[in-house]
Amino acid sequence: MSRLAADKRHSVQITLNGKLCSGEAEPRMLLSDFLRHQIGATGTHVGCEHGVCGACTVEIDGRLARACLTLAVQADGSSLRTVEGLASTPSRLGILQAAFRRHHALQCGFCTAGILMSLDQFLRENPKANEQQIRDLLTGHLCRCTGYAPIMRAAMEAAEEMAGDPAKETSHA
Amino acid sequence: MKPATFDFVHAENLDEVLDVLRREGGDARIIAGGQSLMPMLNMRLAKPKTLIDIMRLPDLAHIERKGGIVTVGAGVRQAALLAWPELAEALPLVALALPWTGHVQTRSRGTVCGSIAHADPSAELPLALCALGGEVHLRNAKKRRRLAAPDFFAGMMATSRADDELIEAVSFPADRRGCAFREVARRHGDFAIVACAAVATKDGVRLAVGGVADMPVTREFPQLEASALDDALNAFAYDLDARDDVHATARYRRDLVRMIGADLVREVLS
Repeated sequence: MSRLAADKRHSVQITLNGKLCSGEAEPRMLLSDFLRHQIGATGTHVGCEHGVCGACTVEIDGRLARACLTLAVQADGSSLRTVEGLASTPSRLGILQAAFRRHHALQCGFCTAGILMSLDQFLRENPKANEQQIRDLLTGHLCRCTGYAPIMRAAMEAAEEMAGDPAKETSHA
Repeated sequence: MKPATFDFVHAENLDEVLDVLRREGGDARIIAGGQSLMPMLNMRLAKPKTLIDIMRLPDLAHIERKGGIVTVGAGVRQAALLAWPELAEALPLVALALPWTGHVQTRSRGTVCGSIAHADPSAELPLALCALGGEVHLRNAKKRRRLAAPDFFAGMMATSRADDELIEAVSFPADRRGCAFREVARRHGDFAIVACAAVATKDGVRLAVGGVADMPVTREFPQLEASALDDALNAFAYDLDARDDVHATARYRRDLVRMIGADLVREVLS
């Protein structure tokens, strides 16, 4: 058993998009704040901080998670994927990101990082996902300016492009 | 908002969990998937002094089917139960209700027992547990006990769990008889305005209603003629302690209970 004291900072190590990162966190520090303030990975956005809006959605050990409903100390030793990991280099876009641009599936972009992470993980797990499943997935995200129709169009097109080659999103970006 | 401060305990085995609960009781809270507790911490509606993480305990992540009972351990995530190959056949009602629990992105972390421990009156898993006549398995450092679902739930986000007790598992009777589920919410995955579950019984239907009173409410309906059934559902709807809130009025909720209730009872009996 290890007991982490409330008023102390504890070392937390994660693998973020394939790279080992470490920082310090009090037990109460949310993973969303750890990513942004300790690591400096500000691609993950923070909206409602109670799990409703979906802006902070990331992938932890292959599973989708709200970073605001996860403590940094719970993620210690885990492997994380965030929006920064979608494209192979900073100057290129991943397949999902490119589809979002083509279909004007973002305006302010606040909700986008979370939506991309949900779609990326879900389409890798379910390469033959149908429209109903993608709609169901998107109920876990709130978008207040773009509207969901262009997001659906982009998601469906990217799904088609990614189907059959699960490694495509990272390798072919 | 951010949580208030707390110590964080990574428990490695059950004895450690029970020992911390014994010593710290009401000041300590169990955290598993965190999908119910973390919002409470972030909004500071809960301010425990210690959090005990049980997700490193391998013994708790089991689904077991034995003698017509399905037992789901405290470490089983909602997504894992949904992906359990025997779910639709063993627990058809849970198979219908579970996709309404939160979203893909929260079911991937949230546990079955965690939702039941949280006892939100509009939550689907407590409703299914009541409808099926399931049990909650509690344990402290000295003894184990089991509570039937209606004895476990004690009100709005309140349960009969003692401060030193861990919810070790919940069990649902495997029931292949007819069942039906329906929910009305503003957005799929949001809190239910009304959720209804119906299960065929020996001589009729058991109807369970969530989202209306401060906990799931069940009532048995014998086989009735159409008008008699409407009268019985009307009486049931009136007996529910419905409240107005920002999402719906008490009257609207009662209307939904009458309409959905009638549909589900007929569906199960047909």
